[in-house]
Amino acid sequence: MFQASVHVTLRPSILDPKGKASEQALHQLGLTMIQDVRIGKLITMNVEASSEEEAKQKVEEACQKLLANDVMEDVEIEMKRVNHDTSQ
Amino acid sequence: MNIAIPIFPGSNCDHDTEHVFGTVLGANVTSVWHKETSIGNPDMVIIPGGFSYGDYLRTGAIARFSPIMDAIQAYAQKGGPVIGICNGFQILLEAGMLPGVMLHNQNLRFICKPVHLKVEEGNRSQFTHGLNPAETFKIPISHGEGNYRIDDDGLKRLEDQQQIVFRYVNELGELDPAANVNGSTASIAGICNEKGNVLGLMPHPERAAEPQLGNTDGRHLLDSFLQAAHLTSTA
Repeated sequence: MFQASVHVTLRPSILDPKGKASEQALHQLGLTMIQDVRIGKLITMNVEASSEEEAKQKVEEACQKLLANDVMEDVEIEMKRVNHDTSQ
Repeated sequence: MNIAIPIFPGSNCDHDTEHVFGTVLGANVTSVWHKETSIGNPDMVIIPGGFSYGDYLRTGAIARFSPIMDAIQAYAQKGGPVIGICNGFQILLEAGMLPGVMLHNQNLRFICKPVHLKVEEGNRSQFTHGLNPAETFKIPISHGEGNYRIDDDGLKRLEDQQQIVFRYVNELGELDPAANVNGSTASIAGICNEKGNVLGLMPHPERAAEPQLGNTDGRHLLDSFLQAAHLTSTA
């Protein structure tokens, strides 16, 4: 079993209203040294597969078909092996 | 005239759409739950507005995988007229039936107010033959994510193939950055596919089609939509 963490963020060229609003609020709090706030999504999932490569392929397929829209979003995938007791 | 209206969990303009096409315009309207696999044999499909699946992931992203969407795609491929209004437009984009994406409105706010629209002269959709391109129509919008975006190549393709159907204009009918309420590329409010039988638009003509509501401009659009469906059904 593999656990995937998928980070979905708006592409740098695309306005991120949530990030922008949060950045403005941070500046109002006096944290003016904080710049370029971008807000994305973290999607986690477990994948049953025989190898990490195979698991990653399935996650990429999931991203391409549903989880992200590559016209406006970038995706980063992190994989790690987990011991998952499937007998329960 | 038979019209099918698919309903997704979270659709909320389905009753308005049904009322206007059925009671006001006299069409025979059938609502179709999204789990159905057949759309029947209508003369036109209208995908209504709302917040299908609570806008989870992205607007329209999950609705496009509802079973009924396969039937609607097959129907459109055979040349059947399909119109998506607001969330219906967003679903058509996610389904790849129309090009481009929707982003949050540029001013970060949900906007609910009447705006002015113009029909693009010579556009290739089959839905606007009954509309005068010189006229300006006042139609309400109601969305948080209506900022239509497409890359430069895509925009060029839309323009070259005359797929832009509606644009936001000012009261005088002129293109005006201030009238482009949500920040859409090229003030785009509605586009069609290459064949001209699939249309998506953000404004809600069904909310402005009766004198009791204080505005009947939407009626002109809906009459023209019906005319298109009538032509296809008799072709």
